[in-house]
Amino acid sequence: MNKNNLYIFIYASVLVILVAAILSVTATVLKPYQDKNKEIARKLNILHSVDKGWDSNQATSKNDYVEQQYEKYITGSLVVNSKGDSVKGMDAFAIDLEKEYAKPPEERALPVFFCAQNDGSKNIILPLRGKGLWGPIWGYISLQDDFNTIAGAVFDHSDETPGLGAEISTRPFQLQFIGKKLFDDEGHFVSVSVNKSNEPKTEFHSVDAISGGTITSKGLQKMIADCMTLYLPYIESNKNR
Amino acid sequence: MSQLFSSKNVKLLTNPLNENNPITVQVLGICSALAVTVKLKPAFVMSLSVIVVLTFSNLIISLIRKGIPNRIRIIVQLVIIASLVILVDQVLKAFVYDVSKQLSVYVGLIITNCIIMGRLEAFAMTNKPWDSFLDGIGKGLGYARISIVVAFFREFLGSGTIWGYPVLEKLGAYQIGYVNNGLMILPPMALILLGTIIWIQRSRTRSLIEKK
Repeated sequence: MNKNNLYIFIYASVLVILVAAILSVTATVLKPYQDKNKEIARKLNILHSVDKGWDSNQATSKNDYVEQQYEKYITGSLVVNSKGDSVKGMDAFAIDLEKEYAKPPEERALPVFFCAQNDGSKNIILPLRGKGLWGPIWGYISLQDDFNTIAGAVFDHSDETPGLGAEISTRPFQLQFIGKKLFDDEGHFVSVSVNKSNEPKTEFHSVDAISGGTITSKGLQKMIADCMTLYLPYIESNKNR
Repeated sequence: MSQLFSSKNVKLLTNPLNENNPITVQVLGICSALAVTVKLKPAFVMSLSVIVVLTFSNLIISLIRKGIPNRIRIIVQLVIIASLVILVDQVLKAFVYDVSKQLSVYVGLIITNCIIMGRLEAFAMTNKPWDSFLDGIGKGLGYARISIVVAFFREFLGSGTIWGYPVLEKLGAYQIGYVNNGLMILPPMALILLGTIIWIQRSRTRSLIEKK
């Protein structure tokens, strides 16, 4: 239907203001719930990296279950600097890696979490952050107390292609990392590479890439190498003990 | 009640499944059908979100259709679709976080899905709310049907799984030398499968073939 210009202006303004109001009210009201969900998701990722918290979907209250498991298994945390010394007075869980990684390497605060397993052994959990194809990817890698063998790994992403790059967040892909090593026999840092089928593989330092997800796979490989390099001083000083 | 489900209205629901399918006949929305059909699960989630958004944007546009100024109708339609999508996304993020994580990239894809704009422009602008509501569900189901069929073949032949369950591995197909077809995972195969479906449909429904 044809209306005059004034009508169009008023119609457009009212519509836009109305929509903006609805959206901002919704966003403000829902923010606390969303933040809580993000916190639980992070705690769950940390738990998954040490092979815990898999029953969260069966629990009557997922949030309570995750909090309780986190309290039980994640027994301590630490913040270290790029020289491997611990920094006092910082909460490891409150550190936003996105902000830290925007700083120059020597100023970054790096969180470390500790997990006590039921059999008395200890795991060291290190957070990761890097780039995928479309956006950031992140995760947690847990090491056995030799600071070399990988005990578990969890990866997550925000916008990788479903069915391709997004497969990094699936269990079968992550299971490959268990038992891999960061250092070779002589103690040199070699990290873990994510290999396509035509690339040479080694027993302790390669896992299979995702078919159709090469850029995400390579981004993940770079993320592990880069983040572990930052933690090297910390790892070295504990490994030789 | 009989009025609400008159034969004309039932046709609005069932027609899009076959003779008037948005993907295979109108060839709309194939970009997202191509992007999300590598695995069954994302195809299912995407289909569900398209049904919800299409149905409600159809309904809202139909309710306000008489007041929309003709010259800015496309913008108004876009504003409604985009706000609806953001609203749905915000609610999902707050109450069903796991689902919203699976939806992640589809949110943007829903806004750009040409089926939605196409239906608003072609149907909701000129029809009553209830008819538009049914048309939304029908067209959404038509989209879902094709996406899920394509996703089934791509996942089964490309990854050897169905809904993430490793069927071929359990059957022992790999031990006798079967290899997954990696081509199925790549986007072009979605188009080739879609073409095959259109071919089968046209050979069965002669009325769809254009007269020379």
